[in-house]
Amino acid sequence: MIPLDHYIYLSSILFAIGVTGVLMRRNMIVLFMCIELMLNASNLLLVALSQYHSDSAAQVFVFFVMLVAAAEAAVGLAILVMLYRNNPTTQIDVWNRLKN
Amino acid sequence: MVYCSPWLTEQSFFKEDFTPAHADKFLFNLAPGIAMFVALITGAAIPWGGTLHLFGTDYALQIADLNIGILYISGVVSIGVYGIMLGGWASNNKFALLGAIRASSQMISYEIGMGIAIIAIVMMSGSLSLDEIVRQQAGFHWNIFYQPIGFLIFITCAFAECNRTPFDLPECEQELVGGYHTEYSSMKLGFFMFSEYVNMFISSALMASLYFGGYNMPFIDQLGLPQNVLTLLGTAFLFAKIFFFIFFFMWIRWTIPRFRYDQLMHLGWKVLMPLAIVNMLLTGGAILLKNGL
Amino acid sequence: MEILFYLLAIVAIASALGVVLSKNPVYSVLSLICTFFAIAAQYILLNAQFLAAVHIIVYAGAIMVLFLFVIMLLNLNILVETQRFTTARLTAAFTGGLLCLVLIAALRSAGDIKAANPANAKIGLIENLGMTLFNQYLLPFEVSSLLFLAAMVGAVVLAKKEIA
Repeated sequence: MIPLDHYIYLSSILFAIGVTGVLMRRNMIVLFMCIELMLNASNLLLVALSQYHSDSAAQVFVFFVMLVAAAEAAVGLAILVMLYRNNPTTQIDVWNRLKN
Repeated sequence: MVYCSPWLTEQSFFKEDFTPAHADKFLFNLAPGIAMFVALITGAAIPWGGTLHLFGTDYALQIADLNIGILYISGVVSIGVYGIMLGGWASNNKFALLGAIRASSQMISYEIGMGIAIIAIVMMSGSLSLDEIVRQQAGFHWNIFYQPIGFLIFITCAFAECNRTPFDLPECEQELVGGYHTEYSSMKLGFFMFSEYVNMFISSALMASLYFGGYNMPFIDQLGLPQNVLTLLGTAFLFAKIFFFIFFFMWIRWTIPRFRYDQLMHLGWKVLMPLAIVNMLLTGGAILLKNGL
Repeated sequence: MEILFYLLAIVAIASALGVVLSKNPVYSVLSLICTFFAIAAQYILLNAQFLAAVHIIVYAGAIMVLFLFVIMLLNLNILVETQRFTTARLTAAFTGGLLCLVLIAALRSAGDIKAANPANAKIGLIENLGMTLFNQYLLPFEVSSLLFLAAMVGAVVLAKKEIA
């Protein structure tokens, strides 16, 4: 059995990589992917804790996280497509104003 | 499609392997590999027969009896899209890209109907393990008698998933030259072709297992044959069913003309998906009634 | 087991770095898929097979295909990402590393976490999950289906071309 600490470290590292990506990159699609990465880091921790505590509630929460991630990706990418139609770029700092 | 026949596909061993100059080399080479790999690993969860008793040990004729077998298969099938998408995109050719987008949106659309059709089966059998589902159909309790609409949906979606006629729009040569594998040649094209045929075989095996009793054959238990003979006969019956479905695939291919793309999408989203949901609701209602509410 | 865990952890971290560092968004998508597979394998190591299968179906089979679709349809790989100043990038990397350090240090100082229940390998099986989901969390489940519907309608409305 792998100690719980290791899962905590792994998911912290993955989460930090996601945060770094959001800070570093400007491409909106890559930003979305980094958010997915952060959500996955938390999912991994939830599953590890659920196994450790023998409680299936945490795994149910993982479902809800996946669901929110799917909804977020669908709506976010739709917004991206709409923005791209107005101004063909995915650079995040071009869209720093809501009104054009 | 001339080069589509397995006969000519064998010639792909001896043809020149050509990579377009502006293609993304890595992905261009990776894509056929993904397509082939994904097609081949699906078979791991399918029960090819009962148990053989040899030299004092039992051998199950199934590579892995996963308790989530159906989910495994739908997961693997959903990854199959990547081979096509990456192949079409990496070719750096607009016809290949269009073909890839067509193929992948078709596969995604029909996966939904297929999944909901399978849910009705899962509700009936109460298990996600394919072996369990096959075992419950022993005797003549084949699921086709309880799920005729589900089977109709499943077989239509299987045709679309395998990109077979009448849903072979991704490679319709009048509009798209050759579809997502326009730029491919030699063994890489061969891999795409082989994966299509392997998919056909696997979906035939799935149809046989889910709806036609898998390796079960009615009334065979009453003959009093030894266990091993029964198992081997069961495997033979399964393959007979699979060959029947492959014949059916070929048969349809020479019978029905190709759909138009909007008709294809209309069929997938506005006909098959609602029908599958109604089928699922009816199945749920029937189960409730049978269990006395 | 242990070796498998470390191997998968290295794969996950390396491909997560690939997501952040690769220039071409398509390669970012592929790296992220690789991360997802590593995480799914971790779920299997944790006896959460059902969750692993759902993870693959939802993330690799649906969400990442959506990303790939958008990238291909908009042909985004041609665009060159205007780079931020090197100092800004360095600051970002430094901040991320610092966050990682703080997280790990905080969790370390939390001390030993005691398991509330004795270990049970059957937790991740679909029967147990279904019982929990449809007994304790039925209302969130129904509400989340509404959220899905809203997201679906919203995505269609947003992405549809306006009829002039």
